[in-house]
Amino acid sequence: MATSTSATKPVKPGRQKPAGTLYRGREGMWSWVMHRISGVLIFFFLFVHVLDTATVRISPEVYDAVIGQYKNPVMGLGEAGLVGAVVFHALNGIRIILVDFWSGGTKHQRKLFWGVVALWVVLMVPFLVRHLTNVFTH
Amino acid sequence: MSDQAPGASYAPALETPRSPYRRSKATRTNWELYGWLFMRMSGLALVVLVFGHLFVNLMTGDGIHQVDWGFVAGKWSSPFWQVWDLLMLWLAQLHGTNGVRTVINDYAERDATRFWLKMALYLATTIVIVVGTLVIFTFDPCADPNSMLEICRAAGSTVPTITN
Repeated sequence: MATSTSATKPVKPGRQKPAGTLYRGREGMWSWVMHRISGVLIFFFLFVHVLDTATVRISPEVYDAVIGQYKNPVMGLGEAGLVGAVVFHALNGIRIILVDFWSGGTKHQRKLFWGVVALWVVLMVPFLVRHLTNVFTH
Repeated sequence: MSDQAPGASYAPALETPRSPYRRSKATRTNWELYGWLFMRMSGLALVVLVFGHLFVNLMTGDGIHQVDWGFVAGKWSSPFWQVWDLLMLWLAQLHGTNGVRTVINDYAERDATRFWLKMALYLATTIVIVVGTLVIFTFDPCADPNSMLEICRAAGSTVPTITN
């Protein structure tokens, strides 16, 4: 194994991190990872949601039975998670547009990420209060 | 491996610095550029469409508990919500398909795997868009005989009854 050249902190042999990985971590990478995961999650839900809505063409009874599945507490929590994913994907998407089109976008991309997180909390708190009240006190 | 000498012809020829070059020789179209632009344009539209959809369906009235066949009939008896949901369906499905296409291209390394995953993706997308569009346009909000909707009662009143 090659010896470390930057000897600020001596690291025990065998516990060193692999050098020169492609991704640098921090806000830029993690927002990308979260954007990707939330996007794929929303995509699969969209597929299910179009098909469950399509049962309106069968009969009112069938649709009400299918959509009734969304009204139990477990699904209610799932909906909260899904809306959380949608809101993050939407806000981070606006951040990506700003990084692409606004001259200061790349310079301020970290601050923009924390702006996304803050705005996500601001939107999710009232949503969760209203939605979880609907789910658990009906 | 081979008997080729180090630094021989398998390395690409080194150009002189700043020599002019063409960025894309493989394609003649700007397809990927339009895809990139579509993701941003549809994304902005979807923020409005999806947030509106979530607010009306989950935040008003009884929230999730108000959603039943009658609720859908009430919305889709109006062209406003038909157009809203149609735009949302097409933009979200195409935006999502292009996103998943990118994910497949990134992670599926074998050519055949990549090809068949994308074929499955495009098939699913076609089914969702066709089924969804048909449902929005062929839906009859008065299919429930007990419907209390205005338009259903108006239509019902023109039908001759046993008393006249």
